[in-house]
Amino acid sequence: MASRGVRLAVLGALAVALVALPFVADKFYVQLATKVLILAIFVMSLDLLVGYTGLASLGHAAFYGFAGYLLALITPQYEAASLWTSLPIALAGSALLALVIGTMVLRTSGIYFIMATLAFGEMLFHVFHDTSIAGGSDGIYIYVRPVATIFGWLPFDFEKFTHFYFVVLVATLGVYAVLRNILDSPFGRVIVGIRVNEQRMRSLGYHTFRYKLACFVLAGTLAGLAGYLAAVQFGVVNPDMLGFHLSASGLMMLILGGMGTLVGPVIGAAAMMVLELVFQGISEHWLLLMGGFIVLVVLVLPHGLIGIVSRRGAREDPHG
Amino acid sequence: MELDTFLIQVLNGVQYGLLLFLVASGLTLVFGIMGIINLAHGSFYMIGAYLAWSLSQHLGSLALAILAGVVLTVLIGMALEWLLINKLYHRDHLYQVLLTYGLILVFEELRGVIWGNDVHGVAIPEWLGASIRLTDTLAYPVYRLWISAVCLVLAVLMYLLIQRTRLGMMIRAGAANREMVQSLGINIQLVYRVIFALGVALAAFAGMIAAPVSSVFPGMGNQVLIICFVVVVIGGIGSIKGAMAGAILIGLVDTFGKVVEVDIGGFRVLPELAGTTIYLLMAVVLLWRPEGIFGKRL
Repeated sequence: MASRGVRLAVLGALAVALVALPFVADKFYVQLATKVLILAIFVMSLDLLVGYTGLASLGHAAFYGFAGYLLALITPQYEAASLWTSLPIALAGSALLALVIGTMVLRTSGIYFIMATLAFGEMLFHVFHDTSIAGGSDGIYIYVRPVATIFGWLPFDFEKFTHFYFVVLVATLGVYAVLRNILDSPFGRVIVGIRVNEQRMRSLGYHTFRYKLACFVLAGTLAGLAGYLAAVQFGVVNPDMLGFHLSASGLMMLILGGMGTLVGPVIGAAAMMVLELVFQGISEHWLLLMGGFIVLVVLVLPHGLIGIVSRRGAREDPHG
Repeated sequence: MELDTFLIQVLNGVQYGLLLFLVASGLTLVFGIMGIINLAHGSFYMIGAYLAWSLSQHLGSLALAILAGVVLTVLIGMALEWLLINKLYHRDHLYQVLLTYGLILVFEELRGVIWGNDVHGVAIPEWLGASIRLTDTLAYPVYRLWISAVCLVLAVLMYLLIQRTRLGMMIRAGAANREMVQSLGINIQLVYRVIFALGVALAAFAGMIAAPVSSVFPGMGNQVLIICFVVVVIGGIGSIKGAMAGAILIGLVDTFGKVVEVDIGGFRVLPELAGTTIYLLMAVVLLWRPEGIFGKRL
């Protein structure tokens, strides 16, 4: 790891860049940065499961998409929903869903867990894709973004892309701070212990199932936050938000950035978004390049980008 | 529901289940023996279907297309194991998931480049084109019966191969202790390559014989992959018996979910939610026996 001085300088420069961005960059770049930050929240929440607790979930997009759908469903057609009621409802919905799914999938481990999480995510996809509850395969548009009015005062306006950017930035930093605190707490020590050796944690008297379930619910709720913000940004939700490709992309961002660190997810989300743009610029068959790139990363870069600069932090084996 | 429609749905369900078994057995063999979780398994099902469609046009017969397709997919399987999969044996499942997810993207895009993104139909061969008349208004196509028969024969062959042959003995020994088998002078690397190619060819073959009844479309691979995951979770991973039980169960539940009508409080639950019935079944099994019906205790 680089010396403390260098680290502070890098962090300072990054902070200045993030705050200055909306004042100097075009709308396109501000919105791109917003998208990256939202994905960073999603990947950080996934990291809590995969990187710290050792639970490789392939269905994490379910919670992301579910919160987005909840916002779309409670927003009246041509009026705005209130941020202060719709956000708690969306988060509570994701948390509840994570509690129900987690109760079942956490009875399994390893490869079963991967398959079961994927299958439950796909179940949700079918619920929204096959039925008319929420617009079927087309999804639903959110014509008016939620308003943040408190007693007649409007602190920020989601219809302005710069305002939205700052709200997302604050949310990202908030999620980072919350996770940092949790991971440094005794609870965080226990979940890392579960990853390394669950048997031993159990023999020490910890009810590991409850800890894993708490992690699963927390990760699902934070993914819900990301999904809510994404629904606000794009003004539309569709079944792809819940699907398998987003869950797998999330894992890819996590590995690319470096899992088991909280900075890795942010780096990974940014790198994947930039790569996607670059590949799309090269060829219309950009998914071919993306697939090849993913294969290559697994073969030559198991510790992610952060592994290049740091020997500590990123790990390869979530169970060892 | 009338008795004859009921019986037809049972036949359809069993046929679909047997087809799922072919795909799921490859998945479960590759995991049970080699310890590899292969997300790209469904892609081979899709490749098989597209091969059946395009080769049968060039060769003029579905049977020849299937023969050529099986040879081709065995070669593809061996090449993949040699190039990529053998690098994953000592890696965590997470990396196996990601690498094979990358392969899904590659195969889907290649499919688009080579064959386009259209939906195609494949004609049923003439000698199997007949239908058996059941009543005045109902008939059952011979081709579907033929699919069931072929799948059953393959299932028996697979059982004999694993339980009764020398290669099967090596496979079972390799699953138990790879290093020991190797030190006894058996080329385990080659055994693994054969198993992987066998799994690939099974999935592709299932796609080929399914092509005339299910049509050929982009995304068919991921659809079947996820259903096979459900099959394997229900049956117990690594178990051929479990794959068979899970596949038939899913085949029946899925088929009946689409034809039985259930209303709860005026809301039509089935068949509108038919796509989710198999996942509910999985949820029940997970609560009852998390290791699957035939799985080893976790």
